[in-house]
Amino acid sequence: MKRFAYELSESWKIAAAQMRSNKTRSTLTALGVIIAIVAVTLMGTAIAGIQVGFDKSMAIFGDDVLYVSQWPWKPVDDWWNYRDRKKIKTEYAEPINRIISATPNSNLVVAVPTSSLLRSVKYADSEVSNVLIRGTVSDYIITSTFDFQEGRFFNELESRAGANVCVIGYDVADALFPSESPIDKSVLINGQPFKVIGVISRQGTFLGLFSLDSIVVMPLLAFQKYFSAKSDSDILVKVKDKTRLAEARDELTGIMRRVRGLAPEKKGDFSINEQQALKSTLDPIKNSIEIAGLFVTGLSLFVGAIGIMNITFVSVKERTREIGTRKALGARRRTILLQFLIESTALCLLGGFIGLTFAYAMCAGLGKAFPSFPIHFSVTLVIVSMTVSILTGLFSGFAPAWTASRLDPVAALRYE
Amino acid sequence: MGQMRQMNRPILIEIENIAKDYMMGEQIVHALRGVSLQIRSNEYIAIMGPSGSGKSTLMNMLGCLDTPTSGRYEFNGRDVSAMNDDELAAIRNREIGFVFQTFNLLPRADSLRNVELPLVYAGIDPETRRERAARVLQDVGLGDRLHHKPNELSGGQRQRVAIARALVNDPSIILADEPTGNLDSKTGEEIMALFESLYRRGHTIILVTHEADIARHARRTVHLRDGLIESDDGFSGIGILPMGDRLEADPATRQ
Repeated sequence: MKRFAYELSESWKIAAAQMRSNKTRSTLTALGVIIAIVAVTLMGTAIAGIQVGFDKSMAIFGDDVLYVSQWPWKPVDDWWNYRDRKKIKTEYAEPINRIISATPNSNLVVAVPTSSLLRSVKYADSEVSNVLIRGTVSDYIITSTFDFQEGRFFNELESRAGANVCVIGYDVADALFPSESPIDKSVLINGQPFKVIGVISRQGTFLGLFSLDSIVVMPLLAFQKYFSAKSDSDILVKVKDKTRLAEARDELTGIMRRVRGLAPEKKGDFSINEQQALKSTLDPIKNSIEIAGLFVTGLSLFVGAIGIMNITFVSVKERTREIGTRKALGARRRTILLQFLIESTALCLLGGFIGLTFAYAMCAGLGKAFPSFPIHFSVTLVIVSMTVSILTGLFSGFAPAWTASRLDPVAALRYE
Repeated sequence: MGQMRQMNRPILIEIENIAKDYMMGEQIVHALRGVSLQIRSNEYIAIMGPSGSGKSTLMNMLGCLDTPTSGRYEFNGRDVSAMNDDELAAIRNREIGFVFQTFNLLPRADSLRNVELPLVYAGIDPETRRERAARVLQDVGLGDRLHHKPNELSGGQRQRVAIARALVNDPSIILADEPTGNLDSKTGEEIMALFESLYRRGHTIILVTHEADIARHARRTVHLRDGLIESDDGFSGIGILPMGDRLEADPATRQ
């Protein structure tokens, strides 16, 4: 055991001396690993960033909210079975709430109706098109996760009266009121004036696909007054205890069947959706993006490893006589194997360390230049890339080190 | 047949009828064709012969760098011919000190680290290693060159470092392959004087050379030709110069 430790420390010394005396060669070889580690690390941060963005997007839906909708949040093969379902009506909210309050120990808190469609929003000479206009009730704030940058959400009074007030998203506020506060100003939607009472703070984008800040929220009654046309409605139901989501779901299914007046043998003609279901639909997509990314960067690591393998072979060849001498002096096969494995590993570790430093600097730079770009540099990533470096070193050093350890001492000593 | 003297010293090396064949392309080369030899402790023996005589092969066998194709080799009573690579490495490490014609020092290591190397492989702790290496370097007259690298030393000094390296693990034999081959004659004589003093201190020395001038320093000379022992002037003890009563090369009848 002791002997092994001495051989190990001896090998490290040799490796260090070897790198010092072959600076150019070591640097060039390590460059392959440096690039590979930069690629792997950046891909790692990007993937972690995607994960963070994904989780953030998912959080918009709330992990304690159930959505009663016509369509399920997953791809369906038999779309025709869903197309002809009865629309979800906003009026359902009222009977659902009545049943909830009549049920002792209900798992549900409150049902909130929402109706949405896309319209343009105008103020003075500015106009924003394709804004999501959403009509709902004052309880909507309970089911939502957003904060206000300015102002407030509409209250129960305004909600019941169907007042012409609205809350606007960050993008809308930014586009229409670049240099003034939107509060108490009137925006025009479909020619109707709505007084702005609040601005929702920035929510970002959903999976980077569309902005969640291009939105206007108003009382449902006002919405129905002016936008009776085809709008999609959902019922949002807040759950009391999110660890008991399945039970809440069953309860809500029962309530909806009662509201719809379905006979027990009939199939449900509505879908109850939740964040988790959406997640499990989108997760495989996200995972395949990640795997593809890692595979591509893994290739660069492989190229780096081949570089190390090559140089270790050269090193073995050049030092054949030295190997012979060491064997004559009593180095065993294991000793020689270890020596060259450590040399290749040291090279990889050096490359990994430099690569990681570069990657860290690049991440910091990117994070500064594009604050919205999802970047996530973590300790785990450092550990992973150092481990990867070591494994690369062992992998690429093994073949040459094995060759060296099997050299015939006589032939090695005679080698010119 | 031949008379043997000084039988009181223990037998260190006993080879019996060993042969070694090589494949050179399609052809089999019989480098050794049945050589028998006994070497006792504290002998100073020169193995001579022209190139192609098999002396290098014999040296590789004696040095446990290679195993014979047939025949028996006992080192200190242990059968070497059946050993695997790692066991041979252990024998080389503990029992044999090599001195090469080209010194074979590690170029980037100083004298001390070069001399320490066999002790590293023997599993000796760093402090003892340092101490022993320094002491042996002192013995060969390089006490003031401990931290010089090989390229900062003269040829003779390099060979002294190599000899110190051969001595440091206190081996049973010192195996020197043309130790003066890369040195001028004056430095060569100095190195041979060093071997002489080692011999007088009780070391066993096997010298492989093709130079009669160098071989003359030894107390016994074995001549090889075409893979066979041509002549062997037998064992002679300390202070007894080679007398010339050579044994004929007849391995079968020598015991």
